[in-house]
Amino acid sequence: MLELKSISLTLADEKNEVQILKDIDLKLEAKKTYVMTGPNGGGKSSIAKTIMGIYQPTAGQILLNGEDITSKSISERARLGIGYAFQQPPRYKGLTVTELLSIAAGANDLKQQCDILFDVGLCAQDYLEREINASFSGGELKRIEIASLLARNLKVAVFDEPEAGIDLWSFQKLTETFERVHEKHDTTLVIISHQERILRLADQVIVVSDGQISELTTAEEFLSEIERIDLNCRCRDDCIKGEMANAECN
Amino acid sequence: MLSAIDKRLLQEVADLHTIPQGAYNIRKNGQGLSRQTTANIDIVTKIDKPGIDVIVKPGTKGESVHIPVILSDSISDLVYNTFEIGAEADVLVVAGCGIHNTGSSKAQHDGVHEFFVRKNAKMKYVEKHYGEGDGSGARVLNPKTVIEVEEGATVELEMVQIRGVDQTVRDTEVRLHKNARLIVTERLLTNLDQRAESNITVELVGEDATAQIISRSVAQDNSKQIFHLNLRGYAKCRGHIQCDSIIMQNAQVSAIPEIAAFHSDAELVHEAAIGKIASEQLMKLMTLGLTEKEAEETILQGFLK
Ligand SMILES: Nc1ncnc2c1ncn2[C@@H]1O[C@H](COP(=O)(O)OP(=O)(O)O)[C@@H](O)[C@H]1O
Ligand SMILES: [Mg+2]
Repeated sequence: MLELKSISLTLADEKNEVQILKDIDLKLEAKKTYVMTGPNGGGKSSIAKTIMGIYQPTAGQILLNGEDITSKSISERARLGIGYAFQQPPRYKGLTVTELLSIAAGANDLKQQCDILFDVGLCAQDYLEREINASFSGGELKRIEIASLLARNLKVAVFDEPEAGIDLWSFQKLTETFERVHEKHDTTLVIISHQERILRLADQVIVVSDGQISELTTAEEFLSEIERIDLNCRCRDDCIKGEMANAECN
Repeated sequence: MLSAIDKRLLQEVADLHTIPQGAYNIRKNGQGLSRQTTANIDIVTKIDKPGIDVIVKPGTKGESVHIPVILSDSISDLVYNTFEIGAEADVLVVAGCGIHNTGSSKAQHDGVHEFFVRKNAKMKYVEKHYGEGDGSGARVLNPKTVIEVEEGATVELEMVQIRGVDQTVRDTEVRLHKNARLIVTERLLTNLDQRAESNITVELVGEDATAQIISRSVAQDNSKQIFHLNLRGYAKCRGHIQCDSIIMQNAQVSAIPEIAAFHSDAELVHEAAIGKIASEQLMKLMTLGLTEKEAEETILQGFLK
């Protein structure tokens, strides 16, 4: 089980410090699938990066099966079985798909790599030796990113908007893959997504907005009430009239 | 005949584990050490100055010439080598210099290589630099390479220097005639207080000549690198320079690409970039379990591959 206890996160941008996460409490159990959703900028990726150790929380604790891992580095958390598939994965110059997957798996198992690429809808023959460079489309990059997590044996796997840039045909395969991970392994699966098909995989839906968890619900509940949620700007009329600086408008 | 040090130097600069197959000329500490010619490839010592003439008969296919130079003493060595690659030939030429300097004075090798690649011939030329030894004496390498590429001929240049050489100035001049093709791949890594300068000038004088220069370098510690890459189009031709450097610690890199066209159908492009390793790249590899150091090594190795 992964536990976030009163997690707050403040980051500095060019001008000032911004509080990104506000006192978040969350328990993620083994073998369960969680789908995290909510408006853009709500803090979903920030929660994921805090779990992975990419962001250091300003307050609070993170526990993995009872062990406090708050001060552990990214690499240490990775070796404890935490994984994060980036929303915007980096490109490289010179690193090939097979090299990345070998690093991820800690071994060079060609058969496994072919199976994994198949699961994300890519043909191994075309991709294994390719460099993960600027020639990759956004969708290809996302699939390789997902593959790099599937290659690992994880206790907690967080996928950040995995469906972005992925076509309908491959999307079907992707949801099947997530279902299989869910059934076969003891992994705690966290998928950040806005897709109904992925939401339906969830044992629990976590709605994140304004740096907080605004709701813990089921897919059914969530989908039935989504139409009623009003996410429009609360100060639109003032903005138009120019009576409010844009900075204060949210 | 070859000491353990000699063997290691040869392996580093020419991937040679033993005496090579095919033609070769091994030069050690300013003198010829051993030589072999083949029915198609002749090697002759120059009379007027130090160096050799390598003559590849027209039509020679799939043969190789290895001409490594090794220095295990603190000496200065200067050679002039001339290569005649006959029409329609297809050969691999592996040069390279390995220096093992344990002394306190300088070990220096300056080589002038002149190539005539005749009509429709193909040549791949690999030049590796390698330095080792814990002496305080500098390891200095200054190669000059001049290549005339005749009609329809193809030349591939691979120039590699990964650490170990304190000072290097590498001058490369190529002239491309009609339909001639050139591909240059340069890989350079400097560290400590090393200095490296690479000047490549390519003149595209013949119609439909093409040139591609891909230079990748990593500058670490207090090292300095300067690149002058120059493409000059005098006819309908195409040329592309890609100069890409990763800069670390207190290193300095100057990349000065120049393209000049003297014909309205010349198409020349240059791209140059200098930057540190992107933090996302490091972070991604760390999320897969690598330490920061391992992630950095992985990225550099891939980049210089
Ligand atoms: N490194 C950063 N520095 C400053 N602000 C950031 C940084 N990363 C994210 N933010 C801000 O934090 C908020 C939450 O971002 P994010 O977690 O990416 O949201 P989501 O994934 O839900 O779209 C946004 O307002 C974003 O601009
Ligand atoms: Mg996000």
